[in-house]
Amino acid sequence: MTYQPQSDFGTPESRSTEQVTLTIDGREVTVPAGTSVMRAASEQGTSIPKLCATDSLSSFGSCRLCLVEIDGRRGTPASCTTPVEPGMVVHTQTPHLAKLRKGVMELYISDHPLDCLTCAANGDCELQDQAGAVGLRDVRYAADATHLGQAKDHSNPYFDFDPSKCIACSRCVRACDEVQGTLALTVQGRGFDSKISAGLASDDFLGSECVSCGACVQACPTATLVEKKVVEIGTPERSVVTTCAYCGVGCTFRAEMRGEQLVRMVPWKDGKANRGHSCVKGRFAWGYAQHQERILKPMIRSAIDQPWQEVSWDEALTHAASELNRISAKYGKRALGGITSSRCTNEETFLVQKLIRAGFGNNNVDTCARVCHSPTGYGLKTTFGTSAGTQDFDSVEESDVILVIGANPTDGHPVFASRMKKRLRQGAKLIVIDPRRTDLVRSPHIEAQHHLALRPGTNVAVLTAMAHTIVTERLVNDAFVRERCDMDEYRDWAEFVSQERNSPETLESITQVPASDLRAAARLYATGGNGAIYYGLGVTEHSQGSSTVMAIANLAMATGNIGRRGVGVNPLRGQNNVQGACDMGSFPHELSGYRHISDDATRRLFEGEWGVSLDAEPGLRIPNMLDAATDGVFKALYVQGEDILQSDPNTHHVAAGLAAMECVIVHDLFLNETANYAHIFLPGSTFLEKNGTFTNAERRIQPVRKVMTPLNGYEDWEITQKLAQAMGLAWNYTHPSEIMDEIARLTPSFAGVNFDRLDQEGSLQWPVNEAAPDGSPIMHVDGFVRGKGKFVVTDYVPTDEKTGPRFPLLLTTGRILSQYNVGAQTRRTDNVVWHEEDRLEIHPVDAENRGIKSGDWVKLASRAGETTLRATVTERVAPGVVYTTFHHPMTQANVVTTDYSDWATNCPEYKVTAVQISPSNGPSEWQTEYEAQASMSRRIAQAEAAE
Amino acid sequence: MSGSLEHLVRMANQIARNLEHEPDPAAATAEHIQLYWDPRMKLMIFENGAAGLSEIAAAAISALKARV
Repeated sequence: MTYQPQSDFGTPESRSTEQVTLTIDGREVTVPAGTSVMRAASEQGTSIPKLCATDSLSSFGSCRLCLVEIDGRRGTPASCTTPVEPGMVVHTQTPHLAKLRKGVMELYISDHPLDCLTCAANGDCELQDQAGAVGLRDVRYAADATHLGQAKDHSNPYFDFDPSKCIACSRCVRACDEVQGTLALTVQGRGFDSKISAGLASDDFLGSECVSCGACVQACPTATLVEKKVVEIGTPERSVVTTCAYCGVGCTFRAEMRGEQLVRMVPWKDGKANRGHSCVKGRFAWGYAQHQERILKPMIRSAIDQPWQEVSWDEALTHAASELNRISAKYGKRALGGITSSRCTNEETFLVQKLIRAGFGNNNVDTCARVCHSPTGYGLKTTFGTSAGTQDFDSVEESDVILVIGANPTDGHPVFASRMKKRLRQGAKLIVIDPRRTDLVRSPHIEAQHHLALRPGTNVAVLTAMAHTIVTERLVNDAFVRERCDMDEYRDWAEFVSQERNSPETLESITQVPASDLRAAARLYATGGNGAIYYGLGVTEHSQGSSTVMAIANLAMATGNIGRRGVGVNPLRGQNNVQGACDMGSFPHELSGYRHISDDATRRLFEGEWGVSLDAEPGLRIPNMLDAATDGVFKALYVQGEDILQSDPNTHHVAAGLAAMECVIVHDLFLNETANYAHIFLPGSTFLEKNGTFTNAERRIQPVRKVMTPLNGYEDWEITQKLAQAMGLAWNYTHPSEIMDEIARLTPSFAGVNFDRLDQEGSLQWPVNEAAPDGSPIMHVDGFVRGKGKFVVTDYVPTDEKTGPRFPLLLTTGRILSQYNVGAQTRRTDNVVWHEEDRLEIHPVDAENRGIKSGDWVKLASRAGETTLRATVTERVAPGVVYTTFHHPMTQANVVTTDYSDWATNCPEYKVTAVQISPSNGPSEWQTEYEAQASMSRRIAQAEAAE
Repeated sequence: MSGSLEHLVRMANQIARNLEHEPDPAAATAEHIQLYWDPRMKLMIFENGAAGLSEIAAAAISALKARV
């Protein structure tokens, strides 16, 4: 569509149900009580001039431009800070107001550079607009004392700060405070000396605590804070609403374009997941889409030690189909498999699993959720009946107690973290259960009431001890349990958790959590009002990941914290479409909508639609595929959009499995680490180059819209379709909407979903069906999907991964704000200025014992392997625990992690590895060998010159 | 015992240990393996017999083998 700035009503919407009627400029208007006069006017189409007001922030009343006259009132009140009243009569345009506004505007402009024609924000500047709106024609004041000519701050890689253009409206400071919650910005000095400052006066933006979320840039009404891309390219000329391809929050953005060039991504105010906010990744880190390392032509090679040969799409796909057919004929159809991607759309994921089931003829399909949230699917389906979280993100606004376990939302899910922090600043109580002292434990205006710094691997013990406290201290919501849950199972569970061996005091020696703290936290969760649990991979990536999810569900049911706003069990999904990939039937045992492959009726439904016979036996999970490969019976793998060599545990084993295959097809943007072992490379398209849908952690299905032509020539769903056609399948989709229509026909929870409805509604939360035609923001409202809620006894079983003299420390891994997963995207952006390498966090006591200082190179060794990286000595980790990220392939933290996994799902036990740390003076043998092998593997043969 | 078989034995024991509190732990373990393991994995553990398996896991595998 043609470029239009997003509408701005000046002040936030009031949620009051009481309606107030008033008159503005002779027209009657009815709005909710608590609405400002400015907003009421705006909603009826009257724009009152403003500068310090914007509807993402509380009204401030400083610019004095939005003055109005109100019958019966003295003076000219600011419309942004004046709430509507019944019968009020407001005048927004009078000669007196015009004179006042012009005077105010004249003062602003007298201290503002008059370089509009060469300014980056020319045509997209509120100051410019308002000068026009008030009819300013000249400035009478001499430019004696001004702020012109001040030095610009170019330090941030994504935006510039030009203090000469600042009008000191404080919108940036308030955005940082109210929206982002970092409080990095301040107004330094007073009166004429007022100056926006990032941290101390000596700090620049890059050196400050600014997290580059972009809220300040979005709020700025001038070109004081402006995207470097706008400076470089110019202002946008059209925009398309689409969905971010980073984390599971699923922020929606306006991709603002000039022709086919992306100028900027601006968070969409109407986005129901992000409500107009963003983080550094979604807002700014999209440069990878045009990175020089992106592969745009298909390639093949006969062996992995040979250089790649660029070929045509036809040749690549014919060769791929031929290899897959050859291997199937030679080794049997179960020798093939594939992996779907949580970074790809629902439609693409659905097609890959369909290709494997209907084309390969087996169920050897798995997805990267295997290594992150597969225990969520198992645990929540067992207890509640649905493999998904129970709430929408808005729900947190009504939470009284927020329990965060095994999640670091300020880094992993920053936009939701900002919404959570807003609620915490309003007074909600916080419990953090995490081995590390994450930022959430103590940050500006937020402090956890309880931080239970448990020993890694003891989640189940901690949660069972909390249950012990709740049951034995009679804090159970008996009415809820009686009405909503299976009472026999509840009684068994209550008897189990009540045993003395499950008391906080008995378990303290195992969990290392003081019993009194644990009891206090349990009491707060049970009695503090609406209690909501948010969790992440610190819950699932354990040998008892599924048990931990069920223990969380037990707590929520016992306290009645399910089925209404403000409560619930909320998995914070890692990648953008983890929920969707799971919904689409990416697991080897189930078809879309979580129906088991052995169910005859379900299988017949798909067989009828697809015209093939389906295997009734479950297929292989990713680790089982690799085991089968090293056993010599699994020979071909199609991997779309995943990098299992870097992301999956025990790198040596993954490499051995890939090396044992005869045909590895990698379908990706870059020659990733897995591609070192590939024989066929199919270049993929970015989220900017395709149509489809993503489903976020709220079960919210949102459109992904193509904003530019795919550089590789095809959208990913087209590539999978072409591969299927080359294998002889008669697929003929012409648009992803047709794939969604097929999904809806086959999947009851998606029955009411189609692209037209998504365009109309913006998004829909499944289930969307006859019973819930408009979707389901909150689950299990009147009853659990499975019928009665199921309490499950979750006995603590210690992991087999033990510390000892050789490996005395526990390693846990995680993410950092600026990088994403294996870093394939973010490492190819300017985000590297914040995180150019993985670091090992180690407690001062452990560092001292080993003679290690911050910045030293250290060897990180486990029974699985060893690597080297630099150390950061910090008290964020407890003694005995070390931590690192896994964003960089040359660190490759997964060389160290083991193949131990969750008992129910095989989700790897990333969060607990026994390790030793020692000083190092060079890379490990593995790193040296790997660098050489990776370099050799990425050679691309020069095309022969045309004759 | 091959690495893969060792892995399967560990998985079966883990499943059995975590389902110990079910009314019929062996039946629950057998059901879990039936639902989530591919045919070759099942065949491998059937051929392994009871070696390395806990009591519950061995009973589960035995029952499952008889069923299929």
